[in-house]
Amino acid sequence: MITQTEVRSISHNAVWKQNPTVVQILGMCPTLAMTTTLVNGTSLGLATALVMACSGGCVALLRSFVPNELRNPVFILIIAAAVTILDLAMNAYLHALYNVLGIFIPLIVTNCIVLARSEAFASKNGVAQSTLDGFMMGIGGTVVLAVLGGLREIIGKGTLFSGVDLVFGAAAKSWVLHLVPADLNYQFLFVVLPPGAFIGLGFLVAGKAALDRRADAARRRAEEAAAGGSEVQAA
Amino acid sequence: MKSMVANGVRGALTLLVFTTLFTALMAGTYAATKSIVDKNTADAERALIAQVLPAGSYDNNLLADKLTLSLADARTLGNDEPSSIYLAKHAGKETGAVVETTAPDGYAGRIKLLVGIAPDGRVLGVRVVQHKETPGLGDYIDAAKSNWSEQFTGKSLGNPKLDGWKVKKDGGAFDSNAGATISPRAVVKAVSKVLVYVSAHKAQVFGEAA
Repeated sequence: MITQTEVRSISHNAVWKQNPTVVQILGMCPTLAMTTTLVNGTSLGLATALVMACSGGCVALLRSFVPNELRNPVFILIIAAAVTILDLAMNAYLHALYNVLGIFIPLIVTNCIVLARSEAFASKNGVAQSTLDGFMMGIGGTVVLAVLGGLREIIGKGTLFSGVDLVFGAAAKSWVLHLVPADLNYQFLFVVLPPGAFIGLGFLVAGKAALDRRADAARRRAEEAAAGGSEVQAA
Repeated sequence: MKSMVANGVRGALTLLVFTTLFTALMAGTYAATKSIVDKNTADAERALIAQVLPAGSYDNNLLADKLTLSLADARTLGNDEPSSIYLAKHAGKETGAVVETTAPDGYAGRIKLLVGIAPDGRVLGVRVVQHKETPGLGDYIDAAKSNWSEQFTGKSLGNPKLDGWKVKKDGGAFDSNAGATISPRAVVKAVSKVLVYVSAHKAQVFGEAA
């Protein structure tokens, strides 16, 4: 049904090579609005991953019944249904977090990355592959949202994991790390507000590009060295 | 021509099938989660109201014992739709009332508040429920951000006198942060309005007990 190599290549492609947030730069509205803390960023990312896995699987499962010209309306219908179900489920079982993520859950439906993957991947591939691709794309986004949320939280508020009690209950309140003592009331407003998200995201996009370039250079050097080595040996 | 019609009909039928299928799925989830969602909403509302009452001061269902105000009365409290006063009772005796009010003059729009009042007119607690004040500047009125709102506890219309219900900068009795006085000014005014309203409608709010 799905081979190990496929799992690896789909995951690598979704999380790193085609990362929805720092490479495809899709779904910016929730990215900028919801990454005020690590917990918020991660939660919205995971919710998106769940929706993408469901919609990817559904689209792949139903693709043979969908006439080509009706692809878009049906895909949107599938995505909207997946989001509505997630919205209701979160409201019922994770109510506190639902209050925080608020309107951004229904807005997952407008996140173009979901429709983009349905169209570009799920409509041409098997159920297992599409579910994995959707989920991994979501995870790729989650990693970026988590890093961006974490950075903004540390620099903007001097804490980490604030709001974790919204996910794990009131007992988790003590897990919050105060990197700056809480009674100093430290706050760097610029980073907390959306401009901070823009600039932070810019650094992440640049960082990813720099890492890619360095990996490329290293590979080229290794190839040259290998080629050079074999020449020496031949001589 | 015929095939075009057939095609259209087939397309419409396909869409119909898909729409029905997914609507059924969503309706099913809605029905399955409705009771939990309703309970969550009520719990959240109750917890919110309970914040302005001392712990253990009531044993009734706060959402059930409420007084719905007429639109005119709600307007004097700054609300633009009919609001409620929730009654706290302990062993059948009124121990407090929680009044919904809105300060219309925050720095960034309306500030929604809950004010808890004891039958003798003392403030039991004040909580900002909803506001859009500037993060890091005016938002210290929010109990989640600072303990500013605790200074109301125990105050009443005689303590300080009505003309003392202002921030210190305006010659009143209440603290505010330098550079951000608009938000606390609005809150102080709204709380004093609630006190005036409740003292004028004491019999109506607390019934025989007062």
